[in-house]
Amino acid sequence: MSDEAIDLAVFSELRSTVGAEFVADLVGTFCDDAAGILVQLREAAEVGDEAKYKRAAHSLKSNANTFGAGRLAAIAREIELGGLSPDAATKVANLGAEFERVAGRLKELAHGGR
Amino acid sequence: MAAGEARVLIADDNKVNRLLLARMVELLGHRVAMAENGRVGLETLRKEAYDLLLLDIDMPEMDGFTVLEEMQSDSRLRDVPVIVTSAREGIDNVVRCISLGADDYLPKPVNTVLLKARIGACLEKKRLRDEQRAIVQRFATPEVAEELQKTGFALGGQRVHATVMFCDIRGFTTMVETQPPEETIDVLNTYYTLMFDAIGSHGGVVNQMIGDGLMILFGAPSPLKNCAASAVAASLEMHEMMAQFNTERALEGKAPVRIGIGIATGNMVAGYTGTHRRATYTCIGDTVNLAARLEAHTKDVGRGILIDQATQLDIPQSHPTEPLGAIKFKGKAANENVFAVTVPSEKVAASKIGSPSKKRTRPHPRT
Repeated sequence: MSDEAIDLAVFSELRSTVGAEFVADLVGTFCDDAAGILVQLREAAEVGDEAKYKRAAHSLKSNANTFGAGRLAAIAREIELGGLSPDAATKVANLGAEFERVAGRLKELAHGGR
Repeated sequence: MAAGEARVLIADDNKVNRLLLARMVELLGHRVAMAENGRVGLETLRKEAYDLLLLDIDMPEMDGFTVLEEMQSDSRLRDVPVIVTSAREGIDNVVRCISLGADDYLPKPVNTVLLKARIGACLEKKRLRDEQRAIVQRFATPEVAEELQKTGFALGGQRVHATVMFCDIRGFTTMVETQPPEETIDVLNTYYTLMFDAIGSHGGVVNQMIGDGLMILFGAPSPLKNCAASAVAASLEMHEMMAQFNTERALEGKAPVRIGIGIATGNMVAGYTGTHRRATYTCIGDTVNLAARLEAHTKDVGRGILIDQATQLDIPQSHPTEPLGAIKFKGKAANENVFAVTVPSEKVAASKIGSPSKKRTRPHPRT
C-alpha cells in the first residue's frame, strides 16, 4: 500500500467516468457525510451497538474505495469485519485521523491540485 | 428498451453511493429516483412503476435482503428486475441475493462498464417478460394471466378435466360478402366485446380467435368448481347479449347477428404447444373435437347451444335441456348423445334462424 492518501489512478478514473465537476461536489458530500458516520461510529463503540458500529464502518469503507482512499478503506474494513473489540477506541481514532488526511487531499484534488 | 430510457430506483442509505450511482445511471440515459433505505425503497416501488431497482444490502430500517423477500411475495413487484450493489464481502451474500430473486450482483465501487452491461441485460429481460405478459393477458383473464406467470411457460401438457366451448357467427361469410368491410369489423368488435365480457365473467379463457370463431376453455389453466355449469351459464349470457345487440340492430333496420355454440366436457391435455419462441396455450383431445363438431351441428338443427352428455350431467336443473338423441359425428367412433340448451331469446327468434342446410365455406378453428 502506498503512503498516498488517495490512489490517483482510481481518482482520475472516477473523474473521467462521471465528470470533474460532479466529483468535486461528491467530495464535498463525502466530507460532510463521513464526519457524521464517524460520529455514529464513536457512539456505537461507546454504547456497544455492534450492528451500527459495523454498518458505519462498512459505509465508510465503501466510500473510501470509491475515491481510491486505500488506507482509509483498509482501516474501515478491519473494523467492519472485526466488530467491537477492546481496542475499538484506538481503531476509531486511527480511522478519524486517516479520514482527516483523506479529506484534505480530496479537497485539493477536487480543486484541480495534483 | 435497450435504446430507450428506463425508470430506475436506487435504494442506498449512503449518500455518496446514492448520488454516484444516480449519476452513472443518468449518464447511461435513464431516469433516476432515490430512496435512502429499504423501507422507503419498497414504498416507492409500490407507489410508482419502475423498470429496475439498484439495491444496497446494508441499510437501516430495512435491509436489502428483506426488500428482496418482500418483493418476491408481492405479485406486482415480483418481476421488477433487481441488481444488488454492495460492498459486502463473501460469496454467501451474492448467493443469498440471487436465491432471493435478485437478477445480478455488482460489488462496490461499481464499475460503470459492468453497470451498463448489467442494466442493459436486465431491461431486455424485463421487456421480454412484459411482452409475454401482454400476450397472455390478451387471451386470458387477469387471474389466469397471473396463474400463468407463476407456473411459467414450459412447453408440454398435463391432463385436466375441463369444458371446451366453440362459438361462431352464423352466416358470417355472407355478411363479409354483402356488407362493407368496415361494417363487418364494427360488428366483429362489438361481438368480441360482448362475448369476452360474458365469457370472462364466468371464468372462461378465450384461447383461440380465428375470424369470428372463438375457442374458449373453462377449467384450464386454472381449475373451476364446476366448469360445465360455468360454460353453460356463459353460453346463455352470450346469447342474451347478442339478443340485446340484435334489438339495437333491428332499430337501425339491420339484420340480426346469430351465434352458434358447442360445448363438451371431459379430460384433455392442456398446456403450451409451439416452440420456446412462440407458443400458444391450448387443450387437445377428443373433447375438444367434440365441442367443435357440436358447434358446427348447431346450424344443422337450428339451435343456439348444443352440449354433450358429460356437460348435461354436470349442469343444474335450472338450465333446461332437450335431448336430441345420439348423433354420429365425423371422426368419432361412437355416437354421441347431444342435448340442446334452451335459450330464452331463441324462442322468439327461432323462426328467423337461417337456412340449416347452408354449407360452411370458412375454415373452422381447430386445435
